[in-house]
Amino acid sequence: MVVSNDGTIHLIPDARQRGSISQHHQKEPIMISRTYLPFVFAAALAMALGCGDDKGGRAGRSQVRSDVQEAAVKTYVAPGDMDTYYLFASGGHSGQVYVYGVPSMRHISTIPVFTPYPATGYGFDKESKEMLGRFSWGDAHHPSLSETNGTYDGRWMFISDNANNRMARVDLRDFKTKEILGPIPNVSGNHCSSFATENTEYILAGSRFSIPLPKGTYEKIEDYATKYKGVVAGIQVDPQTGKMSLGWEVLMPPFNYDLGDAGKGPSAEWGFWTCYNSERATGKLEVTASQKDRDYMVAVNWRKAEEAIKSGKSIMLGGVKVIDPKDVEGVVYLLPAAKSPHGVDVSPDGKYIVVSGKLQSITTAFNFEKMLTAIEKKDFTGSEDGIPVLNYDAVKDAEINVGLGPLHTQYDDKGYAYTSLFVESAVAKWKLGTWEVVDKIPVSYNIGHLCASEGDTRQPTGEYLVALNKLSHGRHLSVGPSQPESSQLIDISGEKMGLLYDAFNEPEPHYAQMVRADKLKPIEVYSKEENKHPKAIWDIKDAKVVRKGKNVEVYMIAVRTSFEPASIEVNKGDHVTIHLTNIEQTTDELHGIGFNEYNINVVVDPGETKTIELVADKQGVYPFYCTNFCSALHQEMQGYLLVKGSPSVAAR
Amino acid sequence: MRKLIIKATSFFETPIDLRSRVLILLVAAMLIPTYFLPLWNMTLYSNQFPEGLQLNIYSHKLAGAKTQNRDDLREINSLNHYIGMRQLQEDDFTEFKWIPFVIGGVILLSLRVAILGKMSKLVDLFILFSYFGLFSLWSFYHKLYLYGHELEPEAAITIEPFTPPMFGHHTLANFEVYSYPGTGSYFMAVVPVVLLAAMWLSRTTRLREQSNVTATA
Repeated sequence: MVVSNDGTIHLIPDARQRGSISQHHQKEPIMISRTYLPFVFAAALAMALGCGDDKGGRAGRSQVRSDVQEAAVKTYVAPGDMDTYYLFASGGHSGQVYVYGVPSMRHISTIPVFTPYPATGYGFDKESKEMLGRFSWGDAHHPSLSETNGTYDGRWMFISDNANNRMARVDLRDFKTKEILGPIPNVSGNHCSSFATENTEYILAGSRFSIPLPKGTYEKIEDYATKYKGVVAGIQVDPQTGKMSLGWEVLMPPFNYDLGDAGKGPSAEWGFWTCYNSERATGKLEVTASQKDRDYMVAVNWRKAEEAIKSGKSIMLGGVKVIDPKDVEGVVYLLPAAKSPHGVDVSPDGKYIVVSGKLQSITTAFNFEKMLTAIEKKDFTGSEDGIPVLNYDAVKDAEINVGLGPLHTQYDDKGYAYTSLFVESAVAKWKLGTWEVVDKIPVSYNIGHLCASEGDTRQPTGEYLVALNKLSHGRHLSVGPSQPESSQLIDISGEKMGLLYDAFNEPEPHYAQMVRADKLKPIEVYSKEENKHPKAIWDIKDAKVVRKGKNVEVYMIAVRTSFEPASIEVNKGDHVTIHLTNIEQTTDELHGIGFNEYNINVVVDPGETKTIELVADKQGVYPFYCTNFCSALHQEMQGYLLVKGSPSVAAR
Repeated sequence: MRKLIIKATSFFETPIDLRSRVLILLVAAMLIPTYFLPLWNMTLYSNQFPEGLQLNIYSHKLAGAKTQNRDDLREINSLNHYIGMRQLQEDDFTEFKWIPFVIGGVILLSLRVAILGKMSKLVDLFILFSYFGLFSLWSFYHKLYLYGHELEPEAAITIEPFTPPMFGHHTLANFEVYSYPGTGSYFMAVVPVVLLAAMWLSRTTRLREQSNVTATA
């Protein structure tokens, strides 16, 4: 074991782990019970100090390998063949979503969501600029595919922004971000989000960082425990259009709401969140928020929250209706959970709610029915700001000794659960019901989330699992200090898990969704009929420049291989609006328009119209050209923006 | 010579028997699908389009194969503009106006022949239809010739004028072009054969009857 510079602990493999997967698989799972945990840490430290030097560099890394032939056959997607799954991985602070194919793990495309992306012109045209508003980045955390009856329906993907408290919706018909909601009132650090309810009635959201509410209020940090508040919320989704609006918010004690999941089947009308810092501490949280042995899982009956809002049992806060649990009974409960819990993941049958305590080596399985019984019997052991705390022993079914630093859990179709172990750098496979750990596989390194094929739905397919690892060091060609994260593909179709592939990806996959490819039916061109842009034109004869005072409106066409009009003459200071329609109706015939020294690049897909606005504030002649290689005469696809000093303007 | 004229006259006056009338009605029926089925198909294959760009020519319209991701007519026009070929558009084809009209005329004439039952009228129908068919083929060939020869001199890519293939296969730059009659044309092609069969059947019936008459006399 070594403690690396960043303070994380890596279990350097022993002889068992150096060989192939087949060799290191043991009949008996490797388990380190909680009692021995301090010793393990001590041993790690000793080993780090003692043998850190001679094991430095790559030689010291775990060389987890797979059975090469088997893995090659299982991951090889021959040229022209297609993958069987889409993997939508969040891009963290890059603000984007990355699309991979599984099992090849090939990066296929990038969906810009919270950050401008000149490659598709996102954030440069009027519409996407307005959608991004005043923000030029976001922290894209948890993608959530829309569901019908608890299974992915392939319509939309929602993703939360931890930085600016927003929620975005991507339409899977064209893989484009269609809507960004927020900043959501009262939500501060939208981390425990986004998780879709069984029929996408709501997308869960909430506060990771409690603050004085409404936003804009100042309170001394010393008053944190009483004057700071968190919220958990449900973003309502229009079942036809997907359009989002704020459904309900529940005012919560000043804890840090960390992750969430929506119920399924019997628990479908509930939303669950974990929280840390039930100490209500400030300052150095790594210490101050790690004092209590238990924190909480939050359970919200969203049906009741919905009713409470409808029947006016709410207060106005930050301009929206918020439920204060002190006033409304039966909406929210707290369940004591293992120290500083992280992931909360509802089992496919909706009966168990699995919470992993990142500072304890156990994962807790709460029993939903027992939870309802405890609520009915008012089996409470306390309360927090008016929210009843349920009796832990009455609601938990098992504490599963999965390994060190358990974080998140996914499921397969055979009744097994897979829990990521950050500290141990491994995935534990265990059985729901018997709570027995049956297999463990080391990953490289420090796994955060994991994503099984449709593994958070009512019908997981149990084929693949992707370990979203935080550290990849030494397993790829060196690219300098800024190291990529790694995603490891694991075969979970058999009794034993088998490592198949290492992929290195853009920062930073916090969570992903893996959906069967045949569930999605993307279009590849926008048909002329569906282009509803009011300024779209389809005939070169209609291309024109219209001037109204200082406002110049250009109706422009892009088609192989010219822009029409090819020159735009304006006066200095004019406000220029260009409506560019790509009249192609063929797959892959994209055109871009880049303006020299005007900091603009917009790409229009076949059949699409985009509006570009610029102020011609620099006199001179500025070329514009097609930026997205389109055809043999792509280089010729260009024009000029001619900006002349306007005497009439100067005279005024 | 005189004998031949008498023979011909007697042939023209041959009444059309029932079987032949049925065949002629069949001709009328067979022409109806030509309104719905393409008369000609052209397919252009290249590396970029392994499944081919397909152009279907009907009696009344020009249509590219349409998939979710592409309109082939539009695509063919986009590609043709590089060599300066005129845009293929329905307005340039007067054929789309007169061919359906003529087919309708042929259907009506077939019904007339079937009812009146005169060999001379059947011969008229046969000749008229054959002329129509051959003229249409020439007209189509001529159209192809014009499209391939009236190239815009200022086009980006200069190529030797050419005639796109009517039957068979031709290579143009990165495209392999295949052109064949469509299903509608097969129906058209069967029409004169059926008309000839109708003539022949009625004639043999007449000859048999005549020999019977001679025998009994």
